[in-house]
Amino acid sequence: MFKRWLFVLIVVMFATSAFAAKDKNSIQVKGSDTMVNLAQAWAEKYMQENPGDFVAVTGGGSGTGISSLISGTCDIANASRTIKEKEIALAKQRGINPFEIKVGLDGLAVVVNPKNPVTKLTIDQLAQIFTGKITNWKEGGGRDAKIVILSREVNSGTHVYFKEHVIRKGNPEGKEEFASGALLLSSSQAIADEVAQNPAAIGYYGMGYISSKQKPIMVAKDEKSEYEVPSIENVINGKYPISRPLFIYTNGQPQGLVKKFVDFALSKEGQDIVLATDFVPVNK
Amino acid sequence: MRKLKEFVIEKLILLCGLASIFFVALIFLFLLKEGLAVFKTVSLFKFLFGKSWYPISEPAQLGILPLILGSLLVTLGAAIISIPIGVACAIYIAEITPLKTKEALKAGIELLAAIPSVVLGFIGMVTLVPLVKNIFHLPTGLTALSGSIMLAFMAMPTIVSIAEDALYSIPKTYKEGALALGATHWQTIWRVMLPAASSGILAAVMLGIGRVIGETMAVMMITGNAAVIPHSILVPVRTLTATIAAEMGEAVVGSEHYFALFAIGIALFIISFAINVTADLFLHKKQQ
Repeated sequence: MFKRWLFVLIVVMFATSAFAAKDKNSIQVKGSDTMVNLAQAWAEKYMQENPGDFVAVTGGGSGTGISSLISGTCDIANASRTIKEKEIALAKQRGINPFEIKVGLDGLAVVVNPKNPVTKLTIDQLAQIFTGKITNWKEGGGRDAKIVILSREVNSGTHVYFKEHVIRKGNPEGKEEFASGALLLSSSQAIADEVAQNPAAIGYYGMGYISSKQKPIMVAKDEKSEYEVPSIENVINGKYPISRPLFIYTNGQPQGLVKKFVDFALSKEGQDIVLATDFVPVNK
Repeated sequence: MRKLKEFVIEKLILLCGLASIFFVALIFLFLLKEGLAVFKTVSLFKFLFGKSWYPISEPAQLGILPLILGSLLVTLGAAIISIPIGVACAIYIAEITPLKTKEALKAGIELLAAIPSVVLGFIGMVTLVPLVKNIFHLPTGLTALSGSIMLAFMAMPTIVSIAEDALYSIPKTYKEGALALGATHWQTIWRVMLPAASSGILAAVMLGIGRVIGETMAVMMITGNAAVIPHSILVPVRTLTATIAAEMGEAVVGSEHYFALFAIGIALFIISFAINVTADLFLHKKQQ
């Protein structure tokens, strides 16, 4: 008797998994950790309005999303950086045509512990801190303590953007790297937690993660410019120097269900969600 | 008819036995196929002894020396902590404690083995890491030492249960003989029991270490993952396993970075294979 039930159970399991694979009402969204809350908020609202459609959102990092798009395991890749030449070439080889859609803007906040007296830094100082040229807070106007550098793992779009635009100051030929002693943490939340409990730490993440337990640093492009706080207004008017576009990538022009979801994300309603999750809408 | 049934069952069991060997061989072949491709772009020497790991830079720098040293340092620390405690615990359970506490202790140790490593890592992150930071006045508590302590907890159950088995399987006559000659209980344990069980205890230690070096989740959460060559146990390190786990999701299939991660897998496979073979040699020595 038991054996027969087991058999039935196995058959049902196989059958349902076969149906799930064929289900055309579901979209897989994968990628940027920065954007995972935004994509989740889109998905929830979208599914409320379109019962029957199913949107699954996972994080993992921009690189993870793009490589999933290339290997065909997701329909939409979120990315907080532009796709690389190398990745496009690889996608073409596999018959995938990455199509780029800009869905928002994000300010990158540099944060320290609230106990740290340092309040403002220039891009140049940030570059020196994160490459390990400045190792003591004394040199940045703070207390005598060793600087603990926190960075995201290499699969993070935030990591890549920060390297290209702060550490290498936008110079594509730049050879500077993160200090080898930088701690690589696996999520923005891990950085937020470590900054909250470590007075000597400095980290960076999308400004949506700022809370009262961390203090955002005011950043200036150079010594002559104004120091600005990372805020939505300062990103829109371009005063805050470290902001970046957020993208979603699809295989070719979006079609069918994917198009429906992308249109939703770009609609007034979708862009209101962008604002509500502490990012900056594109169609301003 | 009956003979036929016996024959079929026998062959089926043989097949199951062979399957595990077959799978290991397949896994190893796959690792080799994917991993060796990296040596088209980096020489073996530069891969093993290169001091920088910047896999996504142009050109990528793929030196895994800091990762190997990170793994070894964390493992060594865990071994130093877990071996004395584990072996002492095994002696206590096998030789000293009365039956009731023995059962309770054994159940406790099995429970310790059942805690998922991600839970241990999380507990370590919120309790051990701030503690290490404050005790040693470090800039950060995410260090090799924190990883070692947490991994010691993971190696303990393996070491205790196998070492206890080894002590238990020594013939009763050894102990009776020693006691009859006027040796004290401690002298019996130290001079007779331990040497007699030494090969089994060594095997226990090796298997415990094998568990530690392959552990991923907990070390990734509490060792800080900075790919530097460690000069003390109080600095952040990056291990081989954490590197694969953290970067495999990102590596584009077929890229240099992807092959390099598989090559790290080969290095890990060779290390744990060597440890297991050593443990096996000790176990066989005991049986002869």
